[in-house]
Amino acid sequence: MSDDTQDHDGHSGSRRDFLYLSAGAFAGVGGAIALWPFVDSLNPSADVLALASVEVDVSQVDVGQRVTVKWRGKPVFIDRRSEAAIAEAVDTPLSDLRDPETDAQRTDRPEWLVVVGVCTHLGCVPLGQSASEPRGEWGGWFCPCHGSHYDTSGRIRKGPAPLNLPVPEHAFLTDTKIKIG
Amino acid sequence: MSAGNQQPVGNGLVKWIDTRLPVFSYLQKEYAEFQSPKNFNWFWNFGAILTFMLVLMMITGIVLAMQYQPNTELAFDSVERIMRDVNYGWLLRYMHANGGTFFFIAVYIHMFRGMYYGSYKNPRELLWILGVVILVLMMATAFMGYVLPWGQMSFWGATVITNLFSAIPLVGDSIVTLLWGGFSVDNPTLNRFFALHYLFPFLIFGVVILHVISLHVSGSNNPLGVDPKGPQDTVSFHPYYTMKDSAGLAIFVTIFAFFVFFAPNFFGEPENYLPAAPLNTPAHIVPEWYFLPFFAILRSINFDIWFIEAKLGGVIAMFGAIFVLFILPWLDKSPVRSAKFRPVFKWFFWIFLLNCLLLGWVGGRAPDDLVFEGLGLKVIHLGYLSTFWYFFHFLILLPLLGVFERPKPLPKSISESVLGGGTAGASATAKPMEKA
Repeated sequence: MSDDTQDHDGHSGSRRDFLYLSAGAFAGVGGAIALWPFVDSLNPSADVLALASVEVDVSQVDVGQRVTVKWRGKPVFIDRRSEAAIAEAVDTPLSDLRDPETDAQRTDRPEWLVVVGVCTHLGCVPLGQSASEPRGEWGGWFCPCHGSHYDTSGRIRKGPAPLNLPVPEHAFLTDTKIKIG
Repeated sequence: MSAGNQQPVGNGLVKWIDTRLPVFSYLQKEYAEFQSPKNFNWFWNFGAILTFMLVLMMITGIVLAMQYQPNTELAFDSVERIMRDVNYGWLLRYMHANGGTFFFIAVYIHMFRGMYYGSYKNPRELLWILGVVILVLMMATAFMGYVLPWGQMSFWGATVITNLFSAIPLVGDSIVTLLWGGFSVDNPTLNRFFALHYLFPFLIFGVVILHVISLHVSGSNNPLGVDPKGPQDTVSFHPYYTMKDSAGLAIFVTIFAFFVFFAPNFFGEPENYLPAAPLNTPAHIVPEWYFLPFFAILRSINFDIWFIEAKLGGVIAMFGAIFVLFILPWLDKSPVRSAKFRPVFKWFFWIFLLNCLLLGWVGGRAPDDLVFEGLGLKVIHLGYLSTFWYFFHFLILLPLLGVFERPKPLPKSISESVLGGGTAGASATAKPMEKA
């Protein structure tokens, strides 16, 4: 108690100042930490995360055919690409790309392209899954919302989207079964 | 200090309550005897109209919530059930849906009124800022409410708008996942939007109370923008403005009722009568009309600015278009409030208003549509121009006008101007000073 009087010069804090500040700091930090459960409760819950992977049987998919599966509430495009489409994707020089990635980096087996079918601009689903839909200038996908064009490797070539269609984590369980996620 | 200074009002029970809880003397003071400039025009009705719309939205919303199911499997059908099976459900839903539209019509008129007559200037800066806070809350509420019917436009509107946050560097994707509660707009998203859509009107109500308290400190602005000099310049709020507000409200509600009963889907999007389909994007995603100007600004930044990518640039511009309203009181340097006495600003105000309408038109069209076939002029080009003008008006024009514009002489008082007959009288009354 008596050390209060020593501190009128303002240099060193008294015991009381120390207790006051540390109690305040603890209350502040503790209050901030107590907010976290409320915020984190908004993040994906265990049951949502449990649905995070799907297995797809692709034995019925022909060469040149594209199928859509739903994964984490989003469409995933699976494209069994023709030789021509693979060649086009492989031969594209990286300098032509806005988000440079080689086709090999984006595919496990060149015949199968697996990408999340959500435009990286503002989240629309690009067209091009059926042959009757517009596929854009590079024969991949075309987003009707704001006009982004993707090539046969799902890479952005033209339009407002900044990034390539993302490749989800996926693995071939057998030759005809893909696990996504 | 306390309300105890005031004489309690009324007799009997009213007096008994008022001595213990001075609600009656408060109402008497702030809403009955409250002195307001006597020269309000009809544009001063919109405060009362907005209060009415807020209450109407809350009442219709509460009864609708009793019938609505915030679940992706049930939401769309529960809205159809409200329309077909619930007693007067069609009326309640159409009042609520069109109520959103008319709420925004009223709030935009209210804001343009404030801009024309300089109502945001000293000492009403905070009053204006609270108003912008209300606008932002209204926009958030309207956006989340539009998601609830879980139609195609609900789903894709929510997807596009929540994806805006993914433009934020580093933490963008985590924020979007946090907003969604999953990996796409889905059931958790719908649930929280419903909870927040129910909560936000009460927040708006709270800020409206602050808005009105702040208004009652400085008193209302008026079409001349000069402060009342004494009792000869004012009338009591009741019965003068309670009656005038009622008359204006009656006209407004009549127009509102016309749309509710005869054109309930006029402002709606047919696409939203299709259930949400997460794997199938509609060809044109457009927001509700009251967001179109901001949507146009968002889309007009489709080029990289230095190191800022186009997507982030658009988001910054769109939020900037709202943020700039917060600092408006400090951008407009002119000491003269009313545009009546600002010959140059007056013209730029109308250009600004037309520019906002143009932005709205641009926002509703596809960016690559041609405006004039021959010229090759696209909608996006008008978007560049009108987006530029929006910011040019606030950031360059208003500060410069405050310095270079020469305002007309102000009337000495409201009374003189009113009795002298409008603006002509205003300049005439400025001279007698010299004669005297």
